[in-house]
Amino acid sequence: MLQNLILDIDAGMIDWSRAQFALTAIYHWLFVPLTLGLAVIMGIVETKYYRTKDEFWKDAAKFWQKLFGVNFAMGVATGIILEFEFGTNWSNYSWFVGDIFGAPLAVEGIVAFFMESTFVAVMFFGWKKVSPGFHLASTWLTGLGATISAWWILVANAWMQYPVGCEFNPDTMRNEMVSFAEVALSPFAVSKFCHTVTSAWIIGAIFCVGVCCWFLLKKRNTKLAVESMKIGAGVGLVAALLAGATGHKSGMDVAKVQPMKLAAMEALYDGGNEVGLKIIEGIELPYGLSIMATNDPQGYVPGINDILNGYTDNNGKVELSVDEKIERGKKAIEALANYRQAKFASSDDGTAAAYNLSILKENMPYFGYGYIKDKNDVVPPVAVNFWAFRIMVGVGCLFILFFAVVLFMVYKKDVTKLKSWHYWLAILLIPLGYIGSECGWLVAEFGRQPWTIQDMLPTWAAVSDLQSSSVIITFFLFLVLFTTMLAVEINILLKQIKNYQS
Amino acid sequence: MTYEFLQHYWCFVVSLLGAILVFLLFVQGANSVARSLGYTEEGRRLVYNSTGRKWEFTFTTLVTFGGAFFASFPLFYSTSFGGAYWLWMIILFTFVLQAVSYEFQNKIGNFLGPKTFQFFLTLNGILGPLLLGGAVATFFEGSNFIVEKNNLIDATAITPIISRWANASHGLDALLNPWVLVFGFAVVFLARVLGILYVMNNVNDEDIRSRGSVRLIGAAVPFLVLFVGYLVHLLLKEGFAVDDFGRIYMEPYKYLNNFIEMWYLLVVLLIGVVLVLYGIGKTIFSKGYIGGIWPAGIGTVLTVLALLLCSAWNNTAYYPSTADLQSSLTIQNSCSSEFTLTTMFWVSLLVPFVLAYIIYAWRAIDAKKLDKEDIKTDHAY
Repeated sequence: MLQNLILDIDAGMIDWSRAQFALTAIYHWLFVPLTLGLAVIMGIVETKYYRTKDEFWKDAAKFWQKLFGVNFAMGVATGIILEFEFGTNWSNYSWFVGDIFGAPLAVEGIVAFFMESTFVAVMFFGWKKVSPGFHLASTWLTGLGATISAWWILVANAWMQYPVGCEFNPDTMRNEMVSFAEVALSPFAVSKFCHTVTSAWIIGAIFCVGVCCWFLLKKRNTKLAVESMKIGAGVGLVAALLAGATGHKSGMDVAKVQPMKLAAMEALYDGGNEVGLKIIEGIELPYGLSIMATNDPQGYVPGINDILNGYTDNNGKVELSVDEKIERGKKAIEALANYRQAKFASSDDGTAAAYNLSILKENMPYFGYGYIKDKNDVVPPVAVNFWAFRIMVGVGCLFILFFAVVLFMVYKKDVTKLKSWHYWLAILLIPLGYIGSECGWLVAEFGRQPWTIQDMLPTWAAVSDLQSSSVIITFFLFLVLFTTMLAVEINILLKQIKNYQS
Repeated sequence: MTYEFLQHYWCFVVSLLGAILVFLLFVQGANSVARSLGYTEEGRRLVYNSTGRKWEFTFTTLVTFGGAFFASFPLFYSTSFGGAYWLWMIILFTFVLQAVSYEFQNKIGNFLGPKTFQFFLTLNGILGPLLLGGAVATFFEGSNFIVEKNNLIDATAITPIISRWANASHGLDALLNPWVLVFGFAVVFLARVLGILYVMNNVNDEDIRSRGSVRLIGAAVPFLVLFVGYLVHLLLKEGFAVDDFGRIYMEPYKYLNNFIEMWYLLVVLLIGVVLVLYGIGKTIFSKGYIGGIWPAGIGTVLTVLALLLCSAWNNTAYYPSTADLQSSLTIQNSCSSEFTLTTMFWVSLLVPFVLAYIIYAWRAIDAKKLDKEDIKTDHAY
């Protein structure tokens, strides 16, 4: 009978709400990584000015800050939409987990946004108004504010993938926080933060190296190009190596708490021990997936069918089949309904309420499965996850090599006299960096479908009560707005770079 | 700390953020009159460069206001944002337009032209305060929604969604209530008053300052008429009261009673109103006085704070439902758990530190008033 209830939600509205959130998140992530990455580069450049008092470094810092400024506003603008879309499009979600999820967003506002917005103004307008030390501190604090902001929003995102530190309260009908430390310092959040921020530094670095190569191609601003390239490539190599290491940790986390996502990423239908990592279909690295998931070449990795039908994991724990989880989820929902009925009924002396509460607690880990109609609904889109994961990893590996080569060239060779295709190659890698970075988010978010909160709340029980026509209109309004503003931003950035004379 | 204290404390924090946000709408107010206040192209650029140094504060306060509301009163977040969809979406849309307009408008490569972005700033300058003011007015006038938590588990319910809007206009229906419009336009003109006072203080230009004195009268008169009109209506109208069992009922003169029973809020309100009037009056009548933004700004914060607390404290439903009275939100039935409110209480103790560095940085930037030389620098808008 509950399934009939779920069918009353307009399926188009759910998909359009998902599409709108995805659109905003994808656009947001076009601007944020450049903010985080350029913040490090311009911080290092200005530190060089502070230490040497050489006007060259001051001009260089101003140049990178100018590009930072053009990009900064769009990151802020798309970010506010994301925050409010939790309420506008996912109102059930906002109530069901708002007690936990709202806290990181509030802390982000209080701790990070004000730091970022206060010191970015000093950075832009304070060159002649504050001391060099205060200005340098403001530049670093702008980047620190952006990074702390990333920390809290990734804490919130990680909690959706791996909900910890909470308990369901049947009286208030929502999940409530019981440990802020568990939420804020979740190992999933730590891995996610480290991987995401280091990947953002790669974007800043590839942008910096690409711009420098354009100057070298045009034989202009040569000193700025060579010196900035040293910084950009250095930051890029460190970031790419760290992103690789933290990526491995993230992979292990996913294997542990989101095995279905890992199976979709690998298009692994039937799992087992000693599983190889597919490079592409037909070519695989022996033992690769077992090592990635368990740090053990013999480790067991479940496939999609194993998860659907039930399996025993590496620690001997028996995982129920999805059908069994659905049954237990329905039991949880029914017990909750009975508990609330008994609780508010004057005839109950507390026995019925206590009985139903015990059934609810027993089945609560599967609560979200009670809203699943068919077991196949818990399988995320495999092709998107498979290819997005490969593009992300491939691009990341390419960048380790690329930055190592650039560092070698810039220190050991005369980079002002290379053939033009070298420069073009670096310039063309800028969009590739963005594609790799966005693919990382596609894996993270497509891989957890259909869950807004893993095992707790599927998308169709999390939405707002809206007509799909309303969401379609706002989707296209934002699409046109963001696309137009992106086009303006790119054009302005290109002109700023083209017209710059050191 | 009791749960009741925490509920009132977080109501105070969110109200304070809302009050500061209304003060910071001077950015929108100044932008909405930039054409007449600036008059020439150079004058307009001075106005935009002046507000352009502060827009992030307004934006950040709006985001923090949303985040704090989400953390402390999640049922409001899910009910109002999910229900009054169009109202909030239009507000957000205009704020996005504003965020990019400063940086983009005068940059080479802006193929839409500076006037497009100046239009966006004007649009946000009018619609932002109007709709935010309208949203605040619904705290007193009510909104058309139904909350039923059992929907999530009730197989006989039409939908598992907890909060539903009771009509298809999703928030735009609020604008059909004339008193919502009265309050909304009062905020529009208040923002203009504050914007003019801020620009007169921040921009070192005699032409702008002399035009500001004249424009100030044009903004202050409609503001005062609309504000006093709404205040009288508020004090005389029925309000949404809560009894000891959490049941909502209509109480005659509820908000007047609230001010009488919470006399300290009445004192705050009166001090606020007097400070706003003092800031406006002294700027108009005392030639050469440019500090009006400070008394008027502090007065605005106090006035809005008193009004918002009056809507929620003293057993009042702060987000009333006109579709189903018992669905109305109170600080008790819509708040987060005691644990979350306690945790966030400790986080909120960082706020004075945050305010301290904002004031320090603000003073450092504004130590020298903006002048025509500043709009010739590298990072001028």
